[in-house]
Amino acid sequence: MQRPTLKIAPRASAHAIRCFLLALVVLPLAQYDSAQNTPLISGGGAFFTSTNGGNTNYYPITEPVLAAPLGQHILVESRASLLESFSPGGGSQPGYIHSHFIAESYLQGDFLALPRLTIVAGHYLIPFNTYNERLSPPWIGNFQDGPLISPLGLLQGGSGLGGMLRGNAFASNKHSISYAYFYSTRRNAEEFAAHRGTGGRASLYLPEQRLELGLSYDRLLQGTHENFYGAYLWWEPKDTGLRVRSEAARGHHAQGYWVEADYRLKAFGGFDSAIGRIEPVFRMQQTLRRDTIVSDGLPLVNTQRADFGLDYNFPHNIRILTSYARQFSSTGNRNVWETGIAYRFLFPAWKGK
Amino acid sequence: MSFKYWIKGSLTLTLVSALGLAAQQNSTPATTPPVSTAVQKQPPAQPQSEGERVFQQNCWRCHDAPEGFSPRISGTIVRHMRVRASLSQHDEQVLLKFFNP
Ligand code: HEC
Repeated sequence: MQRPTLKIAPRASAHAIRCFLLALVVLPLAQYDSAQNTPLISGGGAFFTSTNGGNTNYYPITEPVLAAPLGQHILVESRASLLESFSPGGGSQPGYIHSHFIAESYLQGDFLALPRLTIVAGHYLIPFNTYNERLSPPWIGNFQDGPLISPLGLLQGGSGLGGMLRGNAFASNKHSISYAYFYSTRRNAEEFAAHRGTGGRASLYLPEQRLELGLSYDRLLQGTHENFYGAYLWWEPKDTGLRVRSEAARGHHAQGYWVEADYRLKAFGGFDSAIGRIEPVFRMQQTLRRDTIVSDGLPLVNTQRADFGLDYNFPHNIRILTSYARQFSSTGNRNVWETGIAYRFLFPAWKGK
Repeated sequence: MSFKYWIKGSLTLTLVSALGLAAQQNSTPATTPPVSTAVQKQPPAQPQSEGERVFQQNCWRCHDAPEGFSPRISGTIVRHMRVRASLSQHDEQVLLKFFNP
């Protein structure tokens, strides 16, 4: 299982969770000027199991999100991750080893300063390629584990501390260009941990074709300064139920790519028909080492992997994810079986009048 | 990265793209994905509104559209997604109108 949340050193940020809860208590005191701007609580939960080379691990996970607008121009948003893991002890240790992490993933203020500029301050997800910002929540990803290259460009953690400028630079009915630029400072403490680094992303979206192309770059500015380069291509051909996503990334010591296609069988009676809820998924991925210095979380030897998944989207935002993967490398070929159930929740932070 | 691997990668991409095109051939016209419980689907006879267009062009890209939500949080959702998906201010405004007709 390669969820980045697991790879990241556990930032057991009880303090951050306290901030999250405090925000929940304080926000109702703010004045909400519009009937549509009530803060929301959302997120997802899942119970995942993964059998890797014969060992089965269990991962219950919950990731609550809080989003609260303040006035006309500010949004405060945060996500926490509560993750348990049960893995077989093996050898001298019978039974299962249990561990748990509570980590804050981001806690940021977004100031919509200008129509084309949003200023973000706080602890934010690093905008490198797409996986970290878009696909990592358990209710979104089509596979329960992230791509093998997902740690590249995330400055050894996935979150930055400092500021980010982002927005839509240009939009028409045919094109849309967006950008993100960040600078993160170093913080070694458990809560709001971050590495010093800087970088950004630029992307072009063609809404009529539903095609998006983006480029990312960032640089670690502590220890051995390292550059990371990324590119992605996403395509959701109109009215088909198909989504094709792909990413390539190159780091100092390793590089790789993944290509994923998922298809909702909506041709058989629409998205909400019994068959339209079936979602076959396929992902092909490869990682290649450039040297043997292993500091990036990628496999230690060149690896190829094919993932075959079958997901089912039940009503009420419940989803079953199953997959089989075959992984090939010089250290041995392996099978990875995964099954899980994920759900998504979304409601106003408090009851309406 | 070695040339051989890129070839394999592009072949996979071509294959899935071909699948997409094939699927596009026999696809049905766009339906409005489920939105706010307070927002009903537009009758098909009406021309597509700007908000519906923005919704259809964006809200299925990263995740499935939610099955329904309270209109009280529609502004919060749209602002959150404006930041996350770098939507334009115009997109935000028309989406809000679409969710709260
Ligand atoms: C760029 C990718 C992307 C696009 C495009 C996108 N979303 Fe999201 N959306 C996300 C992510 C990622 C989350 C989860 C946030 C988190 O866990 O940090 C999310 C969460 C949500 C939620 C849960 C509540 C919340 O605010 O977190 C709703 C509802 C939602 N999106 C609706 C929409 C709608 C409506 C659109 C179309 C305007 C849309 N999304 C377009 C990425 C996207």
